Amino acid sequence: MSDEVIVSVRDVHKTFTVTKTPGMVGRLRGTRKEVNRIEVLKGVDLDVHKGQTVVILGSSGSGKSTLLRCMNKLETIDSGRILVNGHMVGYEERGGKLVDEKASVTAQKRTDLGMVFQQFNLFLNKTALGNVMAPLQDVKKMSRPDAEQHALENLRRVGLLDRKDNYPSKLSGGQKQRVAIARALAMDPSVMLFDEPTSALDPELVEEVLAVIKAIAAQGTTMVIVTHEMQFARDIADIIVVMDQGVIVEKGTPNEVFFKPKHAKTYALLKRSGLAVEPPAA
Amino acid sequence: MLAAAPIVIQLALGAMALALVLGLLVALARISKSRILRGIALVYVEVMRGTPLLVQLVYIFFVLPAIGVNIDPVPAGILGLGLNYAAYLSEVFRSAILSVEAGQTEAALSLGYTPGKALWKVVLPQSFIVSLGPIGNYFIAMVKDTALTSVIAVTEILKTANIINAQTFETTQVYTAAALLYLLISLPLSRIVSALEKRARIHV
Repeated sequence: MSDEVIVSVRDVHKTFTVTKTPGMVGRLRGTRKEVNRIEVLKGVDLDVHKGQTVVILGSSGSGKSTLLRCMNKLETIDSGRILVNGHMVGYEERGGKLVDEKASVTAQKRTDLGMVFQQFNLFLNKTALGNVMAPLQDVKKMSRPDAEQHALENLRRVGLLDRKDNYPSKLSGGQKQRVAIARALAMDPSVMLFDEPTSALDPELVEEVLAVIKAIAAQGTTMVIVTHEMQFARDIADIIVVMDQGVIVEKGTPNEVFFKPKHAKTYALLKRSGLAVEPPAA
Repeated sequence: MLAAAPIVIQLALGAMALALVLGLLVALARISKSRILRGIALVYVEVMRGTPLLVQLVYIFFVLPAIGVNIDPVPAGILGLGLNYAAYLSEVFRSAILSVEAGQTEAALSLGYTPGKALWKVVLPQSFIVSLGPIGNYFIAMVKDTALTSVIAVTEILKTANIINAQTFETTQVYTAAALLYLLISLPLSRIVSALEKRARIHV
């Protein structure tokens, strides 16, 4: 582990605006739209160092997935800064304000972040090998043989070489997720983002995916993982971050967070997953 | 009358090619961020679907010359059929594009595809597979609609039948033969379409 910061999050705020079509009463009154504003991120700071595995815990709605998705600008931010390798992804600063940068520049920067989704999102019309090869050819402009060789290496890393010619419809959930991991890894990103990688899996398939993620972490890959798997979090994390209602309420090593939780929310999470310890001194 | 069959194929293939390209462009315009593009595309679709194809063909062949645009019968037929079917195909493409899960685009973006490239390389190939069935059905419908071009002097099957009928008065035989000829063209087409659809749909 080094001091080099790969992802730096500074005072990030984000608000979701939900517009609802007005009901009959609203329409009669002439209300055009009902607007709900939800503050999902209320000033988040986080540093991810090179080689580190940071796990973000929190109940649903705490903003953890949103924070992850803001890192590669799948979600926009309202204010604050997120730097990846020293560069903002998706924005440039003009007169102290965030302005959208050119889509092609954002795309280029996104190759530095590999993302694994809850729903796998494999390209359905491509085989496992085709999925891993596609971005290598389309984005990295590798030749077909080079892309194929590189893709095969990465399928081997996730133990799916024998499934390379299967389409997603012929893969189990766990296998799909491992292909998705191989696809992201093959791009050689400087950080891997995992957005609840096992939440959509049948219980018996969770372990194979977690094992792959652990193996990758052991190879020194920098990662940020959003998960509900507490045991896994404790095993894999260098730093555990607990979020609640859009803010980070606790941050520390697994030992600190699991055995000496300082925040009531952390304790509640631990208790719910059967890993309860002494409640924090009030 | 058999000699008119190639004309029908020519009309249908030419018009379908035009309808596919234009239909895709219209579909992209309808889902674009630009209000102006969306507006133009919507007006196009509504006008083309809201007026009879027969009227559109007549318009192209008889009204356009009045403003100095003269088009030969076959190109006029291809143009009329193509413009009309583009409107229907654009709706097929639009719903097919929207049916591809947002996660596919997100995955592509996260891997460094630009939004345009994600659409072209990831979303469109999948929506095309979904569209194959409806496209095939419209193609078969178009083969039959080529009969309408008889009114703009295209010597296709129906026109030929009219001519033969005028000479021989063998009305029953002539028009039965014409109908059978259409059937002879469309039946194999529908078999090909369902086979194609079956093959393509296996994985998606």
